[in-house]
Amino acid sequence: MIRDITIGQYYPTNSVIHRLDPRVKLAGTMIFLISLFLVKGFTGYIITTIFLGAVIKISHVPLKFMLKGLKAIFLLLIFSVTFNLFLTSGEVLIQVWIFKITKEGVYIAGFMAIRLIYLIIGTSIMTLTTTPNELTDGLEKALKPLNKIRVPVHEISMMMSIALRFIPILLEETDKIMKAQMARGADFENGNILQRAKNMIPILVPLFISAFRRANDLAMAMEARCYRGGEGRTKMKPLKYKKRDRIAYFILGIYVIGVLGMNMVIGNFL
Amino acid sequence: MKIIKIKDLIYEYAKYDEEGNIAEMNRAIDDVNLDVKQGDFIAILGHNGSGKSTLAKHLNAILIPAEGIVWVGGKDTKDESNIWDIRQTAGMVFQNPDNQIIGSIVEEDVGFGPENIGVETDDIWKRVDMALRAVNMTAYRNHSPNKLSGGQKQRVAIAGVVAMKPQCIILDEPTAMLDPLGRKEVIQTVKELNEKEKVTIILITHYMEEVIFADHVIVMDGGKVVMQGKPREIFSQVEKLKEYRLDVPQVTELAHELKKEGVFLPDGILTIEEFVNAMAEFL
Repeated sequence: MIRDITIGQYYPTNSVIHRLDPRVKLAGTMIFLISLFLVKGFTGYIITTIFLGAVIKISHVPLKFMLKGLKAIFLLLIFSVTFNLFLTSGEVLIQVWIFKITKEGVYIAGFMAIRLIYLIIGTSIMTLTTTPNELTDGLEKALKPLNKIRVPVHEISMMMSIALRFIPILLEETDKIMKAQMARGADFENGNILQRAKNMIPILVPLFISAFRRANDLAMAMEARCYRGGEGRTKMKPLKYKKRDRIAYFILGIYVIGVLGMNMVIGNFL
Repeated sequence: MKIIKIKDLIYEYAKYDEEGNIAEMNRAIDDVNLDVKQGDFIAILGHNGSGKSTLAKHLNAILIPAEGIVWVGGKDTKDESNIWDIRQTAGMVFQNPDNQIIGSIVEEDVGFGPENIGVETDDIWKRVDMALRAVNMTAYRNHSPNKLSGGQKQRVAIAGVVAMKPQCIILDEPTAMLDPLGRKEVIQTVKELNEKEKVTIILITHYMEEVIFADHVIVMDGGKVVMQGKPREIFSQVEKLKEYRLDVPQVTELAHELKKEGVFLPDGILTIEEFVNAMAEFL
């Protein structure tokens, strides 16, 4: 049961979006997120919606998967909508007892809801179309300049990718230990929270011991294969910008200009 | 040419008591001498705690001798500037397949070693192709290691070492955690590497069946080399092997027992085929 958890939510289709350099996708997501906060008024969303819709269409990932991410922020969404709806002062539309819904409230609630939903969809497009490894690779390359101020970029990304590799192994191990302890009469289901937390100790202790042992083994295996940090290391799959990446940057540029231009238009005429 | 030469090797480690004082010195390896020729298939046998794994770690400069000298490819392991050359000359495969695979895709893991020693990108791909072919895992190159069987994982680990083009591969109980089928796969792969690519193999194990085609067998006990010779010579001494708590292959034991009962059979029968032939001759 515990093994069903998958890390990352990569959805493999061989679309252009999938094949883009992870750095483009990282930059694109950042730009998209920032643009959401720059947008003025509902009309401003027209360009964002077209852009988002086009990316979803090209990525061939079913919309269903994008919307899955919304489940996690469902409560937050409800909160923000209700608060904005009832607590914004202005022209009253409906009034029930002390609850008032104002025109401005409806406007802001809708505006906020769209922003939140787009935020989530925007980031899930990145995680749905990029494998965790590509992401760490992209981050390593993109953050390389930080090396100059002594940020161990290579080491961090190596740790991230090793962690990703060992998550399924450790999950399997947890499952095994849990079953072994259950066979000896351990009870993980009854009792209050405190008792249940206490009952987890017989799982955590062996799990930690084995994790340390694995770490030790792995370190030895890495050294035996001549690993000595990022210095002098070559890459089997180096990140290189291709034509499609340059085109993607170009489109991103147009998008930014579009959003800013729209803002100016709205500012001048409305 | 001698790829590995060990002279008067002694390795000790300290056991500490609760206050952190040295309680006793344990001698894991006691005065071992060994020469390995290029292209040889050497098997090191021994019971748990016989010092065989400790010896293996000396061949890769993971451990440094307390006394004596270890030369790998003509280089002294004590000299720290040699360490990366030595590890490139003598690759090592460990026991637990899960704990030595670094990449999350098979081909990326095989490429890890070449990346570390600074091989050019095109050349890395060539080496990965070559290594995967050598262990017969090309079909799985884009798979996640987590989805492979134990034997397959261990073959990937071997490919990871092969991609570094070592002259010698040391396998530290590579089959201890595998099922019989996986064991066969791995041993077959190692044998092929030795025969086709002429890679020197040092196989450490406690399964006797795996060493019958070795060129040379070394039996260790209590940190010492207690027996040395061709597999046939070693296995003809069934009683002595039992003293060192080692099991001989079933056929060999059967032949030995029959011989004790007066059936005339030659010493050191290693395979079922040999046994059948000898038996046919006897009857």
